[in-house]
Amino acid sequence: MAEQGKTLDMAPAKREAYWRKTSRLMWIIMALWVFFSFIIPAFAVQLNSIVIFGFPLGFYMAAQGSLISYVVLCFWNASAQNRIDQEFGVAED
Amino acid sequence: MATQSKRFVDNLGKIYGGYAGGFIGFVILLAILEQMGVSNRIIGYCFVFLTIGVYAYIGILSRTSELSEYYVAGRVVPPFFNGMATGADWMSAASFISMAGGLYLAGYGGLGYVLGWTGGYVLVGVLLAPYLRKFGQFTVPDFLGVRYEGNTARVCGVIVLFCASFTYIVAQTFGIGIITSRFLDIPFEVAIFVGLLGILVCSMLGGMRAVTWTQVAQYIILIIAYLTPVVWLSFKLYGNPIPQLAYGSVLQQISQFEGALGILKPHAAAYVDAKGAFSWVEFNNFWALVLTLMIGTASLPHILMRYFTTPNVRDARTSVGWSIFFIFLLYFTAPAYAAFAKLEVYSNVIGQPIASLPAWVQNWSQVGGLLTIKDANSDGILQLGEFIINQDIIVLSMPEIAGLPYVISGLVAAGGLAAALSTADGLLLAIANALSHDIYYKMIDPKATTVRRLVVARVLLVAVALVAAAVAGTRPAGIIQMVAWAFSLAAAGLFAPLVLGIWWKRTTGAGAIAGMIVGFGVCAFYLVGTRYFDMPLWFGIRNISSALFGLPLAFLVTWVVSLMTAPPSREMQDFVDSIRVPRGELAWVKGAVHE
Repeated sequence: MAEQGKTLDMAPAKREAYWRKTSRLMWIIMALWVFFSFIIPAFAVQLNSIVIFGFPLGFYMAAQGSLISYVVLCFWNASAQNRIDQEFGVAED
Repeated sequence: MATQSKRFVDNLGKIYGGYAGGFIGFVILLAILEQMGVSNRIIGYCFVFLTIGVYAYIGILSRTSELSEYYVAGRVVPPFFNGMATGADWMSAASFISMAGGLYLAGYGGLGYVLGWTGGYVLVGVLLAPYLRKFGQFTVPDFLGVRYEGNTARVCGVIVLFCASFTYIVAQTFGIGIITSRFLDIPFEVAIFVGLLGILVCSMLGGMRAVTWTQVAQYIILIIAYLTPVVWLSFKLYGNPIPQLAYGSVLQQISQFEGALGILKPHAAAYVDAKGAFSWVEFNNFWALVLTLMIGTASLPHILMRYFTTPNVRDARTSVGWSIFFIFLLYFTAPAYAAFAKLEVYSNVIGQPIASLPAWVQNWSQVGGLLTIKDANSDGILQLGEFIINQDIIVLSMPEIAGLPYVISGLVAAGGLAAALSTADGLLLAIANALSHDIYYKMIDPKATTVRRLVVARVLLVAVALVAAAVAGTRPAGIIQMVAWAFSLAAAGLFAPLVLGIWWKRTTGAGAIAGMIVGFGVCAFYLVGTRYFDMPLWFGIRNISSALFGLPLAFLVTWVVSLMTAPPSREMQDFVDSIRVPRGELAWVKGAVHE
């Protein structure tokens, strides 16, 4: 792992702050993941009475809407975590 | 070697762009040949042998004698291309050929697969991939062995990995045999071994490096093959080249037909039983399946190890984004396939005189087992109940439904073959690497030289492939069922120790091992009991979602046993800290053997 330089010396307080922020991001994304994977499908019957461009909404969400949210969540996680890394000076070179 | 590899990586866009263009040119050339009267059989041969030839060429070019190239592709794979490779690694013959048909038959219920096989990447990207990349070793059991300080955890990991991946690879080999035999017109048993050669040429000489670059090539073929027929059909019938949008109006037409035909279970209706009434059993099984497939995604080693190959932690995260994007392209198209096929059947097949059915129905009803027409009441008109369709046929027959020439059917076969080969390669490598690296090198002969380790790795690779082909050749019953088992077994056995190992420093070796044994054990007990011993279902949960019981138990047992045992050492906690931060070296625990 020569490319990464020597062991990082990070003050414990700073390390904890970094991990707190990382964990918070994790919980936010997990909550959204639960929302799109379980909460929305749970109301599929009710949502199906709304029809947009021919798609019953409950069907649409499980066939496309939630999938789009997953793509967005993954890229958002990558960029938000990068910002946290930079803020704490632990991003890779 | 290193500079050559760097030049290759810098030019990936050009290389694969040229490759995709060349492939499209090849399809056009075959289309012209078909118009000139070249037979379908020759066209089928061209597709199968040319594509396998290309994969073999890439495989041979990527041969290597370096360990890190063999195990993790030298860690130079850019996120975008790793995303494509993961897409091919992920999407199997089942996704490519059977999923659209499953949606055709099950309607909303089938969307559980669409959700379950995509949403897991959020878990991969947030909870696991960046940290496993920082860990920076060769295999998933490696992480368990180091984090839980010992070979017991490592062996448990290898056992779960083997059980999950082996059932999966048998199913893939089976799929390869089916496709090859259909398009080459040769016996199934012979076709399996032709396919086996196709798998081995991709992986044997170059390991992960070769598999990576062939998987990128395979992704390009499979996505072109999947999108072409349905885009064409959508454009032809609805003037809209984006089938994913066009099928909204199709869904409306389907529901009108459903009313007219007296179908009790509408296509888009959620959680209904066969009579169209809301059912809690369907509701519970839907979310149980979604959860199982998602957690399984995040636990299958052949997927996780793809993120060992990126240059750094940041790229591992981005790469998960590209992976889900490339997978999304296929998965959000599948429901459109199902809707178009259903409308075609309702409007042009059901209620028509049997003597004048569309050509695609007549053609496929002559191929054994896929499409059955039986005029039960002998009135010469096809009723709904007289028409039985196999789920594999929806994708395979779409080119004919769309009125496309045979060359597109060949293209679809090449796509299905690419999907099956790429997944089989990823699985094969995951199994063989665990055996050669975790069992042989880490436990049997830690002093083995590089040359010897690579020889052992390759011998095991060939051995596992041969055994998988032999098992697939016996046509084991319930093969599709077994694929679903892979997700449950991996989820119940591996998810808890991996996630807790990173996110909860207090997790101890004893806790993780107990959790793995209980989680995996309960899951396997439920699977086998309900499948073979007529055990009643618990809470009506079908055995495809068996992880639902093992998974929470794995977390619970890991938690309780960890709290009952002494906390991990200061050094181990520092090690976990160093995994959590992208920058800096790892703080290895004394005595931990690592590359």
